[in-house]
Amino acid sequence: METIHLHHGSGGKLTRDLIRDLFVAQLSNGNAYCYGDSAIIDMPAGKIAYTTDAFVISPLFFPGGSIGKLAICGTVNDLAVSDALPVLLTASFIIEEGFPLNDLKNIVADMAETARLADVKIVAGDTKVVQKGQCDGLYISMSGIGIAPQDAEDKALGLWLEPGNKIILTGTIGDHGMAILNAREALGLQSELLSDCACLHKMLGGLRHWDFGVHFMRDATRGGVAMVLSELVEGKPYGIKIYEKDIPVRAEVNSMCDLLGFDPLYLANEGKAVLVVRQESAEAVVNYLREDELGKNACIIGEIQEEFPGMVVMDTLIGGHRVVDMPVGDQLPRIC
Amino acid sequence: MTKELQTYRNADLAKSLLRQIEKEVSRPLRIMEVCGGHTMAIHKYGINNLLPDDIQLISGPGCPVCVTPVAYMDILLQIAMQPDVIIASYGDLMRVPGNLGNLEAVRAKGADVRLVISPLDALKKAKENPGKKVVFPAIGFETTAPGTAVALLKAREMDVDNFFVLASHRTMPEAMQKLASGKINIDGFIGPGHVSCITGSDVYGFLASKYGIPVVISGFEPIDLLMSLLMILKQARLSKAVVENQYDRAVKPAGNVQAQKIMYSVFESCDAEWRGLGKINGSGLEIRESFGKWNALQHFKTSPVASNEDKRCICGKILTGLKDPGQCPLFGAQCTPEQPVGACMVSHEGTCNAWYRFKFMSNGNNTSTSRQRRKINA
Repeated sequence: METIHLHHGSGGKLTRDLIRDLFVAQLSNGNAYCYGDSAIIDMPAGKIAYTTDAFVISPLFFPGGSIGKLAICGTVNDLAVSDALPVLLTASFIIEEGFPLNDLKNIVADMAETARLADVKIVAGDTKVVQKGQCDGLYISMSGIGIAPQDAEDKALGLWLEPGNKIILTGTIGDHGMAILNAREALGLQSELLSDCACLHKMLGGLRHWDFGVHFMRDATRGGVAMVLSELVEGKPYGIKIYEKDIPVRAEVNSMCDLLGFDPLYLANEGKAVLVVRQESAEAVVNYLREDELGKNACIIGEIQEEFPGMVVMDTLIGGHRVVDMPVGDQLPRIC
Repeated sequence: MTKELQTYRNADLAKSLLRQIEKEVSRPLRIMEVCGGHTMAIHKYGINNLLPDDIQLISGPGCPVCVTPVAYMDILLQIAMQPDVIIASYGDLMRVPGNLGNLEAVRAKGADVRLVISPLDALKKAKENPGKKVVFPAIGFETTAPGTAVALLKAREMDVDNFFVLASHRTMPEAMQKLASGKINIDGFIGPGHVSCITGSDVYGFLASKYGIPVVISGFEPIDLLMSLLMILKQARLSKAVVENQYDRAVKPAGNVQAQKIMYSVFESCDAEWRGLGKINGSGLEIRESFGKWNALQHFKTSPVASNEDKRCICGKILTGLKDPGQCPLFGAQCTPEQPVGACMVSHEGTCNAWYRFKFMSNGNNTSTSRQRRKINA
């Protein structure tokens, strides 16, 4: 088995060959200026959104994707929920000595394919190889630039939120978190569950062309929907009420949550966003989202309310209520 | 969700049961749900804030995390820090504090701590890592003890010599007896569901006959719990005390006799310490001498650790419903979900943990009561 060794990262010929034969061949989009120290790009006038994100995941290949696909989707989604049109990405690879070359090839191929489908370009990259034991296989660090509208900042800060606004979820929650957990911990749960890892910018970007009054967007990654909503109301003069019966959760995710004592609201997603929209247009937004394959399970799950400021309160299936608060650390499978 | 499960989570059925419960309450009642799984379901579905004010639910000692003694954690943490050791633990234990920190903290210092959801997974890790010693911290009640026993039987059968069990199993009827005979007034027990699958419902007979306390064994779905409450209330109104089995789809009068046999072929009863409740005679399960080879206590050298347990912690009184978290000097200051001092702050459903979340999320108002929680219904 061919593997990566320290010389691949030492800056010599092996490094050049790896860059030329793998990274440039797969990711450069025919850009001739590939070996310089910077990418030279034409900047649009006005605002840009600029994001950075590191990808550390075990296992590197999981049902529904890989760290390569995740790196592109995660970065694109951070731009998309900032109301920006993703344009350019950069990628740095930190690779552990002894990493199988074939795995690296597959990961880079996933990145290339995902970026191509998403119409974003990877314009710069870097490779480092560290000694065995100094990293867990492979880490990818990404940055991304998107073209943002003038009011993107206000929206990102949630300045327009007010009681009555509806909370929309773009689809089922917990798919990614549960698929990864099952794969990583080898829980042995037989399941065809796939990570929801997907680029949302085309679906979310389309909202801009309508006067929907979308006041806020956030992708519900680590910490899940609970974290997004908790952050949204923290220290604010309003609260959020959500309805358990309206929250879309796949049957297998629900069953696995029951078994392990998990709450799907806290599970990570990589292809789902929380939207806050004007009450009058909520139905229209849901209908719009449902036209897209990635939004086919979109629905309204709650609203912003004046009562219980700073808190997220959920109406439970049986009509009870509970507070949905910020997670402290990861959820752990438990017996009681 | 399966159709059957939908029925057990049906809102209309819940409403109807709640109406019947309202009608049935004639006086203030203190009802203890013994099992941590019940506590969890009660909070998950918000059952506590749907009940009439006169019903006070007390979370009992049935959360393995809450009753695991500090001394046990100290032994476990010392073993975890020894060379070539892998701790293969249930997730529940990861954040339980001992004097030496917790499993997450020793993992950060280099200990090899891995999650498992079954003792057989731990045994598998031992077979996969012949150069390492794999230690399974065995906590829980009659529900988990037979599983541990099976793992030990398999270890003997396959002659695995790098698998060890650090046993801290507890048995429930003895703890319920201690509670029933103590000074707290309990008007009814929601009997444990999973434990009773193993023990059967007959073992609780003494609680009704000797102490006059109604017992209803309950399932874990919201409709199960509401039905069980209603059954207890009916007994209370009629001044009856019998053991009833609401969870008869899983629990039989004599329980799972095969599992009991397996459990007692590996373990024998012993006196045991419960965090918060003290020593309870015959409430523990220790590994029989014939399985001593796999007993972590016999294999690993550890030493007693000077206690830095904060004497002001009142978890014990909270566990028995004698005090509430607002009366603890540590609550919300030194003891928080991020840095728990007492076990009741560790688990999400621990009484202190639930209180904390209400206090700090309702603008610092520290008068969190069931009534205030109920206000959220408005």
